Amino acid sequence: MGERRSRWSGALRGAGRAIRRNKLGLFGAVLVLTALVLGVCAPLLTAYAPTDIIRDADGHGLTFAPPWEHGPLGTDDAGRDVWTQLIYGARISLTVAALAGFIAISIGSLVGITAGYVGGRADAGLMRVTDVLLVIPDLPLMLVLIATLRQMDLRVSPLAVLIVVIGLLYWTSTARLIRSQVLTVKERQFVDRSRAIGAGRIHVVRRHILPQIMPLIVVNTVLVLSTAILVESGLAFLGLGDPTQPSWGTMLNFAFDRSAITNGAWWFYLPPGIAIVWVVLGFALLGNVLEERLNPRLTGHHLEGGKGMVAVPGRSEA
Amino acid sequence: MTEPPLLSVRHLTTEFTLADGQVARALEDVSFDVLPGQTVGLVGESGCGKTTTLLSVMRLLPGNGRISGGSVLFKGTDLLTLSEREMRSHRWTDIAVVFQGAMNALNPVMKIADQIREAILLHDLMDRKAADRRVDDLLELVGIPRARRNQYPHQYSGGMRQRAMIAMALACSPDLLFADEPTTALDVMIQAQVFELFKRIQAEFGLAIVLVTHDLGVVAEMCDVVVVMYGGMVAEVGPADSVYNEPQHPYTQRLLAAFPDPSQSADLPEGGQDLATIPGTPPRLNALPPGCRFEPRCERRIDRCTEASPALVDVAVPGSGARHLAACHLLGEPEAGDA
Repeated sequence: MGERRSRWSGALRGAGRAIRRNKLGLFGAVLVLTALVLGVCAPLLTAYAPTDIIRDADGHGLTFAPPWEHGPLGTDDAGRDVWTQLIYGARISLTVAALAGFIAISIGSLVGITAGYVGGRADAGLMRVTDVLLVIPDLPLMLVLIATLRQMDLRVSPLAVLIVVIGLLYWTSTARLIRSQVLTVKERQFVDRSRAIGAGRIHVVRRHILPQIMPLIVVNTVLVLSTAILVESGLAFLGLGDPTQPSWGTMLNFAFDRSAITNGAWWFYLPPGIAIVWVVLGFALLGNVLEERLNPRLTGHHLEGGKGMVAVPGRSEA
Repeated sequence: MTEPPLLSVRHLTTEFTLADGQVARALEDVSFDVLPGQTVGLVGESGCGKTTTLLSVMRLLPGNGRISGGSVLFKGTDLLTLSEREMRSHRWTDIAVVFQGAMNALNPVMKIADQIREAILLHDLMDRKAADRRVDDLLELVGIPRARRNQYPHQYSGGMRQRAMIAMALACSPDLLFADEPTTALDVMIQAQVFELFKRIQAEFGLAIVLVTHDLGVVAEMCDVVVVMYGGMVAEVGPADSVYNEPQHPYTQRLLAAFPDPSQSADLPEGGQDLATIPGTPPRLNALPPGCRFEPRCERRIDRCTEASPALVDVAVPGSGARHLAACHLLGEPEAGDA
């Protein structure tokens, strides 16, 4: 039905308008899109596979070849093409970030909506869990979790472990933000009205609360994605990525391990570094513009109070 | 009793727990009946429990509110004993509400027609197509052009929003309509239109209306029965003309005196300039006076007023057959077994 489509795409259409109106947002969108296109079209943009070793005429590996000797970006210590690794790495980095971000946003939205709408004990319980997760230092916790999961020999790719761990740890800020927004939305009178027509909790959340907080979820998704890229790069740099499927972080890890810096092979470590900044900056710019436009806290209408919500003695409504 | 009441509220008591843990008794021992097709006016100052009565009957009190006693019989079923699921099936199909301030009661990001349709679909009364036709009929009934069915609330004028709310309230053909100050923030012309509409739908569908308001003029014009509330209790209840012409409770008397009636200049206070007011403020619900709740503001208080809360006594003109009750010590002792 048209009405169903408009409910969900309304936030997205608003987002599109916001981006087109704002130059910085447009710039951010371009940054993100180029990375996406390079990753998706990777096989068309290079003749090699990321693990192929480039050999010279004598069959020796072409190690640390600078850009002017080979391909657009030279080769690494093992003679693999840096450009190929970079664009294939975009796939890994963006996929891990997207899946981890999806998990984080889903958990965060679910926790935020439940805590905010149900309230009471559910709220208290969920928010204490959130608090605990917020105060534990992320990095040591992730290292321990990843190490433990790998020990368990689950026969899953290291990337899957990475996705799950990032997804399970980065939902807290989303949950808090969405909870606070749900708290203001649920006090509005049309929520009372929908309960008066006989709606149950699920109906109220689906039809009246979700459409109101959708913009916030969209904004948060973009910001969580940029965090996920950074965290994934950090963990991969520490050697927790999948060496057979190098992401940008893994490339930096290789470059660091194999003394690319002392060898002066800047073409090995600069491209992945710039790529990370490129995408994170893109998401951040996009997120800020969307937030400005869509965050209901920055617009006025949430200030309309519902009546009959608070019993103030002597002043409570008739 | 000739006809069994449609809604019978008996000894309803509702409490709110305040943030500091104190308990405010917002309603105490509230009883009144609504007969089928009748219009009952619920009047009183802000904070006297009019809306709380409505919310209690619908069982839609906010989280810190609790019904601590009494019963709400709707067609003989006590709504207070139902499970939440059972209660949900009664809402809107039996009792619907026209909320105060239609702008807030309408979801700003949903089309008007979808919002009216929502209740019909929620209760599975008909399929989508039939529901859409019903929405069109309802909009026509309240005088909203079909071309505007797919607009959003902010595109409507205040009067149209209120009429859309009324269309929404009629969507599931309820037997009883609560109208909670339905004309607040509307200008006088639009108010008159809205009340005309209420009269028309009442004549057409024979539904009973409980009108929550503090506009005594409206009550006089619209209502068969008036329930005057003060401080969470019923001060006086009776047929509208009898309450208006022979108010028995000092509060009702002062209230009516405070209402300017241009057609009867003799009613104006001496000097003819100032409007009559009732000195003082309504009681704080968490610090109620020990005796009669109106006692601190009452000019005719006697010793007993500070000691005990008065019960409702029958003050009807003998032989008139109508029930007219008021709660004041000046009116004597209640007869045994009076409710």
